[in-house]
Amino acid sequence: MTKLIVDGKEIDVPPHYTLLQACEAAGAEIPRFCFHERLSIAGNCRMCLVELKGSPKPVASCAWGVRDCRPGPNGEPPEVLTRSPMVKKARQGVMEFLLINHPLDCPICDQGGECDLQDQAMAYGTDSSRFKENKRAVEDKYIGVLVKTSMNRCIQCTRCVRFAAEVAGVPELGAIGRGEDMEITTYLEQAMTSELQGNVVDLCPVGALTSKPYAFVARPWELGKTESIDVMDAVGSAIRIDTRGREVMRILPRVNEAVNEEWISDKTRHVVDGLRTQRLDTPYLRENGRLREASWPEAFAAIAARVKAAPPERMGAIVGDLAACEEIFALKDLMTRLSVRNLDCRQDGAALDPALGRASYLFNATIQGIEDAGALLIVGSNPRKEAAVLNARIRKRWRLNHFPIGLIGERVDLTYPYRYLGAGPETLAQLLQGGDFLESLKSAERPMILVGQGALARPDGAAVAALAARLAGEVGAVTDGWNGFCVLHTAAARVGALDLGFVPGPGGKSALEMVQPGALDVLFLLGADEIDVPPGAFTVYIGSHGDRGAHCADVVLPGAAYPEKSGTYVNTEGRVQLAARAAFPPGDAREDWAILRALSDVLGQRLPYDSLGALRRAMYAAHPHLQRIDEIAAGDPADIARLAARAGAVDKAPFKSAIADFYLTNPIARASLVMAECSALAEGHQALTAAE
Amino acid sequence: MMLDDKDRIFKNLYGFHDWGLAGARARGAWDGTKAILEKGRDAIINEVKASGLRGRGGAGFPTGLKWSFMPKESKDGRPSYLVVNADESEPGTCKDREILRHDPHLLIEGCLIAGFAMGAVAAYIYVRGEFVRERERLQAAIDQAYEARLIGKNNIHGYDFDIYVHHGAGAYICGEETALLESLEGKKGMPRLKPPFPANVGLYGCPTTVNNVESIAVVPDIMRRGAAWFSSIGRPNNTGTKLFCISGHVNRPCNVEEAMGITFRELIERHAGGIRGGWDNLLAVIPGGSSVPCLPAEQCLGDLYMDFDTLRNLKSGLGTAAVIVMDKSTDIVRAIARISYFYKHESCGQCTPCREGTGWMWRVLSRMAEGRAQKREIDMLLEVTTQVEGHTICALGDAAAWPIQGLIRHFRHEIERRIDEYAANPHPEPVAMAAE
Repeated sequence: MTKLIVDGKEIDVPPHYTLLQACEAAGAEIPRFCFHERLSIAGNCRMCLVELKGSPKPVASCAWGVRDCRPGPNGEPPEVLTRSPMVKKARQGVMEFLLINHPLDCPICDQGGECDLQDQAMAYGTDSSRFKENKRAVEDKYIGVLVKTSMNRCIQCTRCVRFAAEVAGVPELGAIGRGEDMEITTYLEQAMTSELQGNVVDLCPVGALTSKPYAFVARPWELGKTESIDVMDAVGSAIRIDTRGREVMRILPRVNEAVNEEWISDKTRHVVDGLRTQRLDTPYLRENGRLREASWPEAFAAIAARVKAAPPERMGAIVGDLAACEEIFALKDLMTRLSVRNLDCRQDGAALDPALGRASYLFNATIQGIEDAGALLIVGSNPRKEAAVLNARIRKRWRLNHFPIGLIGERVDLTYPYRYLGAGPETLAQLLQGGDFLESLKSAERPMILVGQGALARPDGAAVAALAARLAGEVGAVTDGWNGFCVLHTAAARVGALDLGFVPGPGGKSALEMVQPGALDVLFLLGADEIDVPPGAFTVYIGSHGDRGAHCADVVLPGAAYPEKSGTYVNTEGRVQLAARAAFPPGDAREDWAILRALSDVLGQRLPYDSLGALRRAMYAAHPHLQRIDEIAAGDPADIARLAARAGAVDKAPFKSAIADFYLTNPIARASLVMAECSALAEGHQALTAAE
Repeated sequence: MMLDDKDRIFKNLYGFHDWGLAGARARGAWDGTKAILEKGRDAIINEVKASGLRGRGGAGFPTGLKWSFMPKESKDGRPSYLVVNADESEPGTCKDREILRHDPHLLIEGCLIAGFAMGAVAAYIYVRGEFVRERERLQAAIDQAYEARLIGKNNIHGYDFDIYVHHGAGAYICGEETALLESLEGKKGMPRLKPPFPANVGLYGCPTTVNNVESIAVVPDIMRRGAAWFSSIGRPNNTGTKLFCISGHVNRPCNVEEAMGITFRELIERHAGGIRGGWDNLLAVIPGGSSVPCLPAEQCLGDLYMDFDTLRNLKSGLGTAAVIVMDKSTDIVRAIARISYFYKHESCGQCTPCREGTGWMWRVLSRMAEGRAQKREIDMLLEVTTQVEGHTICALGDAAAWPIQGLIRHFRHEIERRIDEYAANPHPEPVAMAAE
């Protein structure tokens, strides 16, 4: 610890601190533009200048280490002043320079109300301008469909450049020109290709980079803000949902060090317009091959008639990817009361079995644990597409120091280099026999085996999982205090549904068996849109969007999308998180658990809870770990050994990522125009259009 | 106190003799280099310290002291490097260029001795982009040195040492030592934050010393003739010989090696043939390259010693000793406005005060050159220069501010006169009417 005097106050800080951190520790406020905790230090905005006793010039506190400070002549601790006349003049000067070429277009700027420059100009600037020359004009750049540029406003802090190069790992942004002609752009104004590019909008301290889909839509002070959880992937990123009236206007990240730090993927952020289109706002009933609008009692009566006629073994239920634990619990409860055993949450047929224990299907090392890992093997996964934020964490670990990464599966750009070991399960089996990558895993402290859905959702998935588990045991990935066997899920609902045991009961059919033609008489789909349902069975679809599930349904019951309900989600690490309701479902749509509760009454199997609170009490009684919000109930490491003990033959087919198109993975995303545009751009279908 | 011919270090400054190895040897280069190295690293550094040699690149930092910041031995396996700054771009300065093309072996020998003294494994010479022929000549000389096994692996001096020439792309900012390192590494030439200083984390993250060409090229002669000889020339704390680049309104502009601390009058009279139109015609002098404040004639007439300390006390500086003389035909405001444009053009754009301030200062000054300004703007301009000075990552912000400060300090009356004239007759030429 080093002693330091900040504004006359003596503090003790670790020597690796920067002056900026030390000043903040002492309670002094330091303005900044270029400095960001999660990016490298640029030191170029010069807003954070402070006075260091003994130094003739003010120093940039973001870049000056505490250990670089020299003690006074008699060994006094170094003294820092953050409110001296020198500092005040320096800040005023820098602020004036930043503003001379910054347009005075705050009234039409989307950053208005949440602009660092605006705020700091109020706090540290002067009241009038002495600049009488013409302002600099900069051409706006096209950098993709998500980020709108207004480059006149750019203050060249290079946060976006550093984000793209360091966190996203796609160094597409840069500065051309020099001096006052310096401009931020992509190479030849090509669109950015990162799945995390939306974050540069949050990072931009001014209105130079703003959200294109959100352009001129709302002002921050007219928005209601709800803290919630994202369901676009199984990471469970912390988000803030901003609403105006009934409508969700935008989604922003929140800080959660354990999960998403402060990044979210573009799908999480820009899926918003998908919440408005293709919505189911009234029940539908299929008559003469066509769906017609119906009333709730009509729809319920139609379901009751078919359910009463069908034997339990000819009925089934499939849970989709976006369902919250509450409705899954209610559906399971209802199905159990109807003696139905054909239940499944694994639309893709992934070989995940809760009977083997919770550790067999969790990302046991945890997302934060990636930073402690010593080596990584990725099996059948493309984490960049399947969990973009988690991939950024792997990249962060790789940037830290030596981190061997191996990949078995599709050869793709993961934003960090890796050893390509092979394409399919045979390579995994070979790896167990030996080889230098096996040695890297063995010699590493805390190795990690990341198993993707691409390795599990296939006929030999169980055997592949067993192989991976055996490898984990072999290389010492499962020890006391470290469980490096990590299953990366792609569906937000999956871990919760597995926790709740929404899998076939004794003699029950799996999802893939249920959708065999003629297998069932009545099929309930709770937001299940990723599975092909053949005609034949009487299909009841409960969900929010008119997507694949609703198209094949005989009765459609309109449910709530994720911002419209309070629900429990369990992310891929097994972390229980509570999503909050930010808006209301449209029209006659209702929260899914309430639909099931009402339906149960009609079916004569009344569920014993009339409120969400009562439902949760019942759920917590059956599954106590779900009430420990934001916590992970760790799996038993012995589960991995049990998983490894399962034998089976693997086939030769190469692994394929579970996600074909990052932007179109669920019904909400498929309803979103923005996502469609992104998808088309990613496919290269759309010719590059220059900046308007 | 004119410098004797026997005390000259750059005996082929004008290129009258052979630049090659044979010629250089005839002039004394590569003589007893092995014996110099055998004295040991500390002895060399102490000798350079004792000579009082101050860096010739402009800042005047003691060279021997700078070398002593280098690690004595590598504790973590990182090699050390010597980088020679031959990116001579300061307007008015043309001394390193003469060394590169006429006496390259002095530089090469200096690299070996300096590199040995600081424990460097290699030297990188960063040559200004516009110096194409100079780079070719330097490379040819280095090839000669390799050929003669003076440098390289298993050379006759018993210290393995490589010299690489890197050609810049013509940006002034790459003469700043850390921007030079960035550029050398293949990145955009933008200065780094200090600390860490290059002696800790320099080229490729390794300990590095960046020296000016002239600083390195004088080292072999200091070692051969002794620190006492070098320090006997010049004035206390400002010792040795110095290359002066005299340009502007003198009768015979020239480069000349002279003793540090020669008076301005003697320098001009002896070597440049006097001021054009006589001493009464002198208006101002920029004594050390475009980045230092100018001095008015009255400060240059008496005993103006051309050395670091004297000029610094006059709030100017010796800089690179590029003496720019301006007679009374000069439009001093326009001249400084042009210098201001240069700095605006060469600002790298990384940090705010320099990026925004250089353009602002240039525009205000351009208006002032016409008189199209208000008198209160003079003080505003002065304040803007202080807002830039000392607030930037590198010294380019200072370099842009100083000439303007010098102008306002000494020629405020000239700016005011012009503003008055313009106010009295804002349209010196008839206004163009209607369609032109």
